[in-house]
Amino acid sequence: MLTDEHRAWIGHESAPVHVDVSRREIIKYALATEQVLEKYRRGDEAPPMFVFNLFAPLRGPDELRDDGLPRGTGVGPKLPLHRVMAGGTEIVQHRPIRPGDRLTGVHRIRNLYEKQGRQGPLIFTERELRVTDANGEPVLEEIQTSIAR
Amino acid sequence: MNLRLADLRVGDPLPERTHRPSNVSLFLYNAAVWNPHRIHYDEGYATAVEGHAGIVIDGPLQGDWLAQTVCNWLGDDGSLLRFHYSNRLATCLGDTLTSGGRVAAVHPEQQLVELELWIRNAEGQTTSPGTATVRLAR
Repeated sequence: MLTDEHRAWIGHESAPVHVDVSRREIIKYALATEQVLEKYRRGDEAPPMFVFNLFAPLRGPDELRDDGLPRGTGVGPKLPLHRVMAGGTEIVQHRPIRPGDRLTGVHRIRNLYEKQGRQGPLIFTERELRVTDANGEPVLEEIQTSIAR
Repeated sequence: MNLRLADLRVGDPLPERTHRPSNVSLFLYNAAVWNPHRIHYDEGYATAVEGHAGIVIDGPLQGDWLAQTVCNWLGDDGSLLRFHYSNRLATCLGDTLTSGGRVAAVHPEQQLVELELWIRNAEGQTTSPGTATVRLAR
């Protein structure tokens, strides 16, 4: 299913995305995920998985498909399979994210490959995210795998 | 907790926690991460159109529970360096899930501890395995 045109995206790097981290956003995340540590519930520090979707474009209803996912290709090629699920995440954390951080994230398509699942073909996309702070110091690296079926 | 490398042994358990997500908790999570995918709040759509058994519990939410397994155990006694999880089995609203883990390796010379993590369903199947590496202060 994957063509040379799809595979040409491997190595593609997106334009840097800037995110200002607020205490309120951390608290929202901490409450929604039922964190128990006070440092998270007070928003002094963000839990490690706070980074999930943090650098994804914010889109309104008119930019979403009927399934709720964004229209267009986003960070990556338009795939022949459209039902997408999260496959997993790897995080290397240099330091926690804190309120007031001005972060820069750069996405890169790390790999695209096919597998045969129990119920049909699957396409795996591995996206790498490198996050640095206002001084250019590394904060974390994330590799996120999504599965299209 | 006062975790110390010298006290840790391979196989030591990390505290388990039971998770029973509700419609409301899934709504809050998906709002917090700005995820409008309908499989997480529209049961008719999730089952009829995408073929799921019910409203799908977000994989990254379960990843968060695994990170919490580590961070709650670690407290202020060290820092999380690396964390990994993957989704192996779909889980749906109504499922009761348990997060837990164990010490997989101790490297005193580097002050590092490797952890094995899991989320299991009520049938005892691992739905999301994970691993983590932490550095202890002492």
